[in-house]
Amino acid sequence: MNIIEAKSLSKSFGDFKAVKDISFEVQKGEVFGFLGPNGAGKTTTINMLTGLAKPTSGEITIAGHDGIRQIKKVQRMIGIVPDESNLYDDLSGYENLVFCASLYGMKKESREQKARELLRQFSLDDTGDRPFKAFSKGMKRKLTIAAGIIHDPEILFLDEPTTGIDVESARQIRRLVQELHAKGTTIFLTTHYIEEAERLCSRIGFIAGGKIIKVRAVDDLMNEAQQEQIVEFAFDEPDQDLEAALKNGFPEFSFKKNQKDRIRVISREKIELMPFMRFFEDHAITVNEARIIKPSLEEIFVKITGIEVEKMKGEREGKKKG
Amino acid sequence: MAFFSILKKDMQNYYLKPPNISWGIIFPISWTLMFFMRSASAVDIRGILPGVMALSVLFGTTSMLSVTITFERKSRSFERLLLAPISLNLLMLAKTTGAIVFGIINAFIPVLFASFLIDLSGVDWVSALVGVILVAVTSTFLGLFIAVSVNEVFEAQTFSNFFRFPMMFLCGLFIPIESLPVFVRPLSYLLPLTYGADILKQAINQSGGIQFWLSLIVLLAFATGLFLLSTRNIKKRWIY
Repeated sequence: MNIIEAKSLSKSFGDFKAVKDISFEVQKGEVFGFLGPNGAGKTTTINMLTGLAKPTSGEITIAGHDGIRQIKKVQRMIGIVPDESNLYDDLSGYENLVFCASLYGMKKESREQKARELLRQFSLDDTGDRPFKAFSKGMKRKLTIAAGIIHDPEILFLDEPTTGIDVESARQIRRLVQELHAKGTTIFLTTHYIEEAERLCSRIGFIAGGKIIKVRAVDDLMNEAQQEQIVEFAFDEPDQDLEAALKNGFPEFSFKKNQKDRIRVISREKIELMPFMRFFEDHAITVNEARIIKPSLEEIFVKITGIEVEKMKGEREGKKKG
Repeated sequence: MAFFSILKKDMQNYYLKPPNISWGIIFPISWTLMFFMRSASAVDIRGILPGVMALSVLFGTTSMLSVTITFERKSRSFERLLLAPISLNLLMLAKTTGAIVFGIINAFIPVLFASFLIDLSGVDWVSALVGVILVAVTSTFLGLFIAVSVNEVFEAQTFSNFFRFPMMFLCGLFIPIESLPVFVRPLSYLLPLTYGADILKQAINQSGGIQFWLSLIVLLAFATGLFLLSTRNIKKRWIY
């Protein structure tokens, strides 16, 4: 059953089209990953789904409600964790949580109890009266997530939840996402950590240049990618013409230079190592390493979007620093 | 419930902070002293009281609101409120009620000081309170309009002065409107503070020149107009 449906959603800012006619569904109870480089339209899409931006055209249905005209009804059942920790600097962790709960109409007793519970769950119960501004980055992130779930939302929008925080906090957040998923919360997650998406999401939507390129189950993506066999050879001093020589010698395979000292052999069929080893011996080429590569989601992402992951991470870090 | 939570949070976070409390005291004292310095022997405290009260409200509310809203917008904590399941009108009323209360308290600080220096008998306190509330509401909504029209705190302060300083001199607070050049007078009647100041002058010195009911209607119209313009601006600029 679909809990989120976006149909032909577009958003323009003047002449610039940030989101171009995208359609996708999120099923109830799944963790849906939304992956794409900086400026791909991820945040604009989240803003349209949560009511912070109005679509130029298209339709949104969330839990059976019109996501544009009945946005206040929708906002009651969703939790939002923005990409920046945006709680109140001068309030303590407890005060921030109690305040956020009150915005969703929670009664005094239950909001105070829930705030204490969440502080314990996130290991923030020893922060006392310390104001939010004195929290570390990881603590701020955890409290912002706690504020997003204090009212037990049916759907949680998580925008880059683990970017720029310490390893332990990131692990704690991933564990929480898994727990929420187990409890039946639908999670809409944007991240640029591909391995995080691989670990947490059931399905992934790839967005680039404001367009959705592919929406697939992670298992299907992995199966599809694993039909491809890859063997990587590493050399001491690679010959400039080696790639061309390999192409001549083994026309049934594809070859791809990976870094200056590595070449990948790619095929849909099983790759036997011995013919290649003989070829290198005949050409007096020393092979340092030969290994079978299992395609990762990162490689699938690069293949689908044509965007190098390192570039995407670099852009993201640049944005955070700026 | 959300209304009172937002109000309480703003009170704790902004209005009850020592610098703001001291602002509320220092500002009216400075204004009173300024008039003393101008003419220590001839200063008519009761005469300047409506002006000092109105300016305390105007400067207090516009400064506070332009800072708090612009600051929250910059730190993105305002987004949290926009994403909450409460109507925009209720949200903005909650955000402005703190400033209105702050403005009303500001107005009565000069009254407190004046009560030690002069006899305040004969003041129509009900009309004075109505006047103060109306000036506080209108000024707060003017502050809101300014806050939602700019992006930076310094822009808000500059834009505020664009409204505040002409009002100081054209609203008949210290210079009677009849003494202003003829071509400037119509401008005075376009400014909301003219009507608020007139109610206060009438209540304190029985010297107003505009019908009480007319001032009331004009101030309510200004307040409603500024509030509607502000929410329209928020929808246009912040829920883009």
